[in-house]
Amino acid sequence: MRKLLPAVAAAAALTLALAGCGGSDASDSSGSSSSGTVSDADVTAALDKGGTLTVWAWEPTLKQVVTKFQEKYPNVKVNLVNAGTGNDQYKALQNAVAAGKGVPDVAQIEYYALPQFALGKALTSLKGYGAEDLKADFTPGPWSSVHSGGDIYGLPMDSGPMALFYNKDVFDKYGVKVPTTWQEYLDAARKIHKADPKVYITSDTGDAGFTTSMVWQAGGKPYQVDGTNVTINFADQGSMTYTQLWQQLISEKLVAPISGWTDQWFQGIANGTIATLPTGAWMPANFTSSAPSGSGKWRVADMPQWTAGANASAENGGSSLAIMDKGGNKALAYGFMKYANDGDGVQIRVDNGAFPATTKQLSDQQFLDKAFPYFGGQKANAIFAKSAANVVTGWSYLPFQVYSNSIFNDTVGKAYVSNTTLADGLKAWQDQSAKYGNDQGFTVK
Amino acid sequence: MASIPAAAPPAARRRRRSWKGWQFVGPFMVVFALVFLAPIAYSIYLSLFRNRLIGGNSFVGLENYQRALQDSQFWSAFGRVALFLVVQVPIMLFLALLVALAIDSGRLYGRSFFRVTIFLPYAVPAVVATLLWGFMYGARFGLIGNINDALHVTLPDPLSPHLVLASIGNIVTWEFVGYNMLIFYSALRTVPHTLYESAEIDGAGQFRIIRAIKLPAIRGALVIATIFSVIGSFQLFTEPAILKPLAPNAITTFFTPNLYAYALSFSGQQYNYAATVAIIMGVIVMVIAYVVQLRGTRES
Amino acid sequence: MTTALRSPARTKAMASSVRKSPRRKKSLTLTILTALMALYTLVPLAWLVINSTKTQDGLFTSFGLWFDDGHFALFDNIKQTLTYDDGIFLRWLGNTLLYVVVGAGGATFLAALAGYGLAKFDFPGRKGVFATVIGAVAVPGTALAVPQFLMFAKLGLTDTPWAVIIPSLVTPFGLYLMWTFSAQAVPDDILEAARVDGAGEFRTFFRISVPLLAPGIVTVLLFSIVATWNNYFLPLIMLKDPDWYPLTIGLNAWNAQSATAGGQAVFNLVVTGSLLTILPLLAAFLLLQRYWQSGLAAGSVKE
Repeated sequence: MRKLLPAVAAAAALTLALAGCGGSDASDSSGSSSSGTVSDADVTAALDKGGTLTVWAWEPTLKQVVTKFQEKYPNVKVNLVNAGTGNDQYKALQNAVAAGKGVPDVAQIEYYALPQFALGKALTSLKGYGAEDLKADFTPGPWSSVHSGGDIYGLPMDSGPMALFYNKDVFDKYGVKVPTTWQEYLDAARKIHKADPKVYITSDTGDAGFTTSMVWQAGGKPYQVDGTNVTINFADQGSMTYTQLWQQLISEKLVAPISGWTDQWFQGIANGTIATLPTGAWMPANFTSSAPSGSGKWRVADMPQWTAGANASAENGGSSLAIMDKGGNKALAYGFMKYANDGDGVQIRVDNGAFPATTKQLSDQQFLDKAFPYFGGQKANAIFAKSAANVVTGWSYLPFQVYSNSIFNDTVGKAYVSNTTLADGLKAWQDQSAKYGNDQGFTVK
Repeated sequence: MASIPAAAPPAARRRRRSWKGWQFVGPFMVVFALVFLAPIAYSIYLSLFRNRLIGGNSFVGLENYQRALQDSQFWSAFGRVALFLVVQVPIMLFLALLVALAIDSGRLYGRSFFRVTIFLPYAVPAVVATLLWGFMYGARFGLIGNINDALHVTLPDPLSPHLVLASIGNIVTWEFVGYNMLIFYSALRTVPHTLYESAEIDGAGQFRIIRAIKLPAIRGALVIATIFSVIGSFQLFTEPAILKPLAPNAITTFFTPNLYAYALSFSGQQYNYAATVAIIMGVIVMVIAYVVQLRGTRES
Repeated sequence: MTTALRSPARTKAMASSVRKSPRRKKSLTLTILTALMALYTLVPLAWLVINSTKTQDGLFTSFGLWFDDGHFALFDNIKQTLTYDDGIFLRWLGNTLLYVVVGAGGATFLAALAGYGLAKFDFPGRKGVFATVIGAVAVPGTALAVPQFLMFAKLGLTDTPWAVIIPSLVTPFGLYLMWTFSAQAVPDDILEAARVDGAGEFRTFFRISVPLLAPGIVTVLLFSIVATWNNYFLPLIMLKDPDWYPLTIGLNAWNAQSATAGGQAVFNLVVTGSLLTILPLLAAFLLLQRYWQSGLAAGSVKE
C-alpha cells in the first residue's frame, strides 16, 4: 500500500496546534483563503437549492453514500470520480491545482498528505464553516490529523488504529503462542520459519507508512514541525527501539520479500505462508474481498508491545475529505462532507465494511459486538476501538510527507536488499528529505 | 540531423521551389508544433525558473542546468539506460536479424507461421506485456516460483536489484524483436533475387552472401531500426514504472531518466528541474541518434 | 539511391514470384532454432490464455503454465470482466476505439499528406522539417508531459478525449514511411501529366496518388492503431475521469485497485481483460497481413 493506507496516519501534531494557537504568525504557512463564515443555514440552503459536485475519492463505500445522499437531496448531483488511489490521485490533484483547471470540489486526502496540501494553499479552511464544533464527534487521533498550523482543513473519514492480524492455523500448527511483545514476535518469527522455511511471520519490503507507524507506536517522534521550521530525526529513542528489533527480522531473513498488495501477497495471506499482519483496522474488508480462502483461519489481537504490559498503539492509514480551494460550490461541498463523514453517511460506510473515525460508531454496542465470520466469529471491532483509544499522542507528519514517502524505497529500501542497515537507511531518508525541504524553502534541521 | 533527408529520394529536386508543398506538410506541422514544439519551448522557459513551496517562483538562469550536471541520481539513471542500450539493443536487433535472415533464406519449414508468431508480441500493449511478465517473474508464487517448486531448484529472483534491469530488457526484447524482425525481413524481400543467384553460381556460401549482399542491402532499415531503438531505450518508462510495485527497492525513483523526471514533477512538484532534466536528455539523445545515423550512412 | 521507382504492385509481384520458387533444401536445424525463438514469444501469451481460465483463487493456487483442475472459469471471467463495475470495461473499449479511429485515422491522414508533400514538392524549409521532427522526438516524452498537460489544461482539453487524440495525431515514423513510400510509389511523370491537364494538387493527390499509396497507408494506419491502442503514459496524465480511460489505463487501475482499504483484488479480471485487450489487435494484424507486409517492404527499401 504503497499507495494507500499504510502510508497514512494521523498527523497533526501537538506542536503544530500549539504553534498555531499561540499567535497570528501562523499565517505564513497555514494559508488558505477561507471565504468568510458559512453558517449551517447556508449549508442547508445550498443542499436544498442543489447543484453539481465533483468528488475525487477512491474509498469504495462512498458509492453507497452518494446514492443515499442524492435520495435525500434530490437537487444535488454528485459526480464521484476515482482519479487513482493515494499517490496517483495526489499527482492528479497537484497537476489540476497547478493548471487551475479541472480541480474537484471535494477530494479524499490521507492524513499524512493533508499538511502538504494545506501548506500549498490548495485546501479551504473549514474554520468558518463551524467545523471546530464537531470536535466531540471524532476520535482524537484523526481529529488532530485534519489540523495543520492551527487551522482545520478536512473532516476525518476513516481511521486505522493498528492491531495484529494473525493466521491462527499457523500458530496452532507450530505450537507458537500469539506474541504480546515485539520480542515475542521475533521469537515466534524464528520458530515458525525454522519449522517451515516457506512460512514467514510477515512480509515487508519497506513501506513508509508501516515504518512510520511502527516508530510512532514505539514512542518515536522523528518529525517536529513548527511553521516552516522542521526537524527530522530518526535517531531518537523510539526510532532506535524499532530499528534494533526489525533489523534482526530483516537480517535473519524472517520477513518474506513480498511487496504488499501484489498478487503474491494476497496469495501468501490466503495460503498461510504469511502468518501475521500488523496493520490498520481497515484491513478486514480487504481480507474478505481479496483473500476469501483465508476465511476462518485469521484472528485479531492487540498490537505487540515494546514494553511488556503496556498498551500503546498507533494509527496506520486513514483519510479525510477536504474542500479544494479552487473548487466551486463550497457550501454544498461542506454539506456533502458533513453528511458522509459526520452524518448518515458514516453508518452506511460502516455497514459496508469501513472503519469509522467517529466516537458515536466506535462506542456503539452493536458495532462493538459485530461478529466477523472471517475471524472465526471474533468481535474484532472491540479490539480496534480499544486500539483507537490508546494511540500514542504527539505524532506529526512532515509538510512534504508525500514527496518524502515517495523516496522511502530509494533509501530505506536498501536495507531490504543489501547490507545497508535499517538505521543507515533511515538516516539517508532523513538526509534526502531534509535536502528537499530546504530546497523548497523550509528550514530543516 | 540534416542528413536524414538525404536518406529519402530526392525526387522533389526536379521541381521548382514553391510554397505549394506546405499545403501538404502544413497540417502535420501545425499539430506537431502544438504537441511537441510548444511544450519543448515551454520546458526551456520552465527550466530557467525555480518554484518553491515556500517562497514562490523566481528566475534562476542556468542554475538548474548546473545542478543537473552534478546530480548523481540523474547520472546514475543515465548510466543505467546507457548500459541497457549497449546490451539490450544489440541483442534484440541481432536476434531480429537472425530470424529475418532465417525466414528469408527459404530453408524453414512453416515460414509464415514463424513470421506471424514472432511478430505477435508487438500487438501486445506494453502495459499488458509488463503486467504479464510481472506475474510470471514472481519468485514465490509466479512462474519462477512454480518452476522452483517443481524442479526443487532456486532460480535467482528476476526482480532483485542485480537482475531487474536484465528482466526489463527481456520484456522489451520480447515486445520488439518481432517488429524489428519484420522491418528487416521486409527489406530483405526487396533485394533482387538475381543477385543471390549469380553469387551462388560464383560459388559464394550462404554466409558470404549474407555479408556481401544482404546486409549492405538492408543498411537503411538497420540504421532506422537502430535509431528508433536508441530513442526508445533512453525513454524507458512504462516497463519499470509498472514493475515498480513488485520491486520497490530494486526500481528506484531515479531508475531511468524518464522515471526520474516523472518523479521530480509529479511526486516532488519540481516542474522546473524536471524540465531541465528532460532537455538535457533530449540533447544527448539527439546527438547520439545523429552519430548513429551518420556512421550508418557514411560507409555506404 | 539506385532503387528504381517501382509501383507497390510490382514490388509485391516481384517479391512473391521470387518466393514462389523456393527450390532450397529445408533445414531442420534452422527450423528448430527459429522454433525456440517462437516458443519464447509464445510462452507469455500461452500463460495469458491459460490463466484467463482461472478464478482469482485458482490463479494463486495452481501451476502457472497449466490449467486449474476442475475449474474452467474463462466464460465466467469474460462475463465478469464485461459487467464488472457497471460494465466499465466496455466503456473503456469504446473509448479506445474512439481514440484509435480518430487518432490513428487522423495520424495516418496527416502523415500521408506530409510524407507526400516532402517527397513530391520542393519548398522553403523542406530540409528543416524532418530534422525538426526527429530532433523533437528525441526529447523524453515523459518530461514533456507536464508542459503538455499545463497547456492542454489551459485550453480546457484535459479530461476530454481531445487530450488523447490530438497528441496521437503525430506519428514521426509514419511520416518517414510515407515519405519514402511516396517517393517510390508515385511516378513523377503521372503527376506532371495531371498538372498539364490542369488538375489541382489536392485533386491529383486524392485521385491519383492515394490509390498508389494504399499499401503504405494501410501500413502506417496499422502501426498508428497499435501506437494508439497501446498508449499509456499520455492518457495517464491527461485523464482523471475513468469514464474516458482507454483500456490500458483501466487495466492498470484494476491491477492497482487491490491496494485500497476495502478495495477488491480482481487479478483474474486483469488477466482476462488483458486477453480481451490484445485480441482485436492480433486479429487486425493477422487479417491485414497482406497489406502491411508489402507496405513495409516498400517503406524500408535501402538507399
